Amino acid sequence: MRFMVIAKATPETEKAGALPDPQLMLEMGKYNEELLKAGVLLALDGLQPSSKGARVRFSGKSRTVVDGPFTEAKELIAGFQILQVKSLEEAIEWVKRAPNCSPTGEGEVEIRQIFEMEDFAPILTKEQIQHKVAKRAELPNQTANR
Amino acid sequence: MAVSATDPHQVTHRTIEAVWRIESARVIAGLTRLTRDFDLAEDLAQEALVAALEQWPQSGIPDNPAAWLTATAKRRAIDFFRRNAVAKRKHEELARELEALEQSSPDLDATLDNTISDDLLRLVFIACHPILPTESRAALALRLLGGLTTDEIARAFLTPEPAIAQRIVRAKRTLADKHVPFEVPRGLEFAARLSSVLEVIYLIFNEGYSATTGDDLMRPALCEDALRLGRILAELTPAEPEVHGLVALMEIQASRTRTRITSAGELVLLFDQNRAQWDQLLIHRGLTAIERAHKINTTRGPYLLQAEIAACHARARTPSETDWHQIVILYTELAQISPSPVIELNRAVAVSMAHGPQAGLTLVDALASEPSLARYHLLASVRADLLYKLGRHPEAHTEFERAAALTRNNRERDLLLARAASCEADPTKRS
Repeated sequence: MRFMVIAKATPETEKAGALPDPQLMLEMGKYNEELLKAGVLLALDGLQPSSKGARVRFSGKSRTVVDGPFTEAKELIAGFQILQVKSLEEAIEWVKRAPNCSPTGEGEVEIRQIFEMEDFAPILTKEQIQHKVAKRAELPNQTANR
Repeated sequence: MAVSATDPHQVTHRTIEAVWRIESARVIAGLTRLTRDFDLAEDLAQEALVAALEQWPQSGIPDNPAAWLTATAKRRAIDFFRRNAVAKRKHEELARELEALEQSSPDLDATLDNTISDDLLRLVFIACHPILPTESRAALALRLLGGLTTDEIARAFLTPEPAIAQRIVRAKRTLADKHVPFEVPRGLEFAARLSSVLEVIYLIFNEGYSATTGDDLMRPALCEDALRLGRILAELTPAEPEVHGLVALMEIQASRTRTRITSAGELVLLFDQNRAQWDQLLIHRGLTAIERAHKINTTRGPYLLQAEIAACHARARTPSETDWHQIVILYTELAQISPSPVIELNRAVAVSMAHGPQAGLTLVDALASEPSLARYHLLASVRADLLYKLGRHPEAHTEFERAAALTRNNRERDLLLARAASCEADPTKRS
């Protein structure tokens, strides 16, 4: 199963043009390498401050664009990782090992399970399959790459 | 508010299992180097796990659970050697070494990072040693490297648990009897041993890939276990193109998992799959792994070639966009380095897609005398399809019926009989 590990923004990460502390970058890099070596890290990215982003507000048919920055730092996301592990507990164990990136020492990381296709109802209905089978005669034959 | 996971009363077995899954391979690898005996190392690690299960629910999870497990296992090793009178001097020596290591500072532990990687790689090579039957290698790898229990392995392989336990015991005895050293093979032996490791990982992957909807979830999970082992190996041996090739092949195949089986458990062939549902993250990872292999050198082994064929399909947004000329080149190269009638048949299909049905048929007909394919329904069905495309419908009809008689899959048989019937019904048929 997969989890998205979401790092929340702090006043530091929201500072325009501010790059993370090199020492922290180093520690974070080491940590990410550990995840990579363990074969659990599928993807990761850091987000620029919200001043470089925007929000699109939906109200019925109308769309209103609100430019960043946004003030409520705790509600914002500063970065994420995608981990592939066996259980929520395993994801928690990995997250607990991460360095503390918050300059005040206070911060929060959220772990959320990603929907997998198996969680949804059948992808192909019986009719869709029948249709595909009927169309088979027109399709090229193939033996490889099941 | 939820309670902190370090709260003593909240420490569950699931958390300890998670720690075990993360740490067990490294703990066992480190202990194997120290004790020179990986069977003993695994026993000691298991004892440490039992101690954790007893103590952590009361004391809470230690800050560094890996260090706790290793330290506990080392202490048990020292006790074991003290108790054991056999070869006393050697064991006293080991006990002293272990004590010295136990007193080593955390700084030293950090510099031991490389040693840990080396130990882990040695463990990979032992678990996948070619003197063991393939299925024993797979069980041992999942147990020692993947942190799976015997019960989980048994469920995944649809085998009774005592049989798996027996398989593991016998494998360990064989390794001990043959005095298999705890080392990374060198020189010419390295390539052969590495290919044994890759074979095991791909076998585990395919066990999971062949699972169907009704199966125990442990079966499809084998794909993830194999991918994890492959990804770990890729970081341990970053200079081996075939390792990246295998990882790429598995990532790209796994990207199609959600589209290749219907809820009714029926297989959906590549051309019928909904490509919009392919997992783009895994495809991207697969393509990146191929690039990594290309950066090392220009030689292409069988896994890398298969990965590149899979990549040709992954890159095509619709079946008609498939780069068949490239696939022909790749199959031709694959047939040269690992000749097999099945690969030749696949090549013939690719040739027919790239150069037309007649070119494909010529290659297929050349395979007709191949004894290993005499009862292979896909040869007949490919031939039938090519004959049909060439307008040779009566011959196609006979061949579809032959293919239908050879297949053991009911749904496929129906499909082939339907196609046979369509040859007859076709008003444009030539005689």
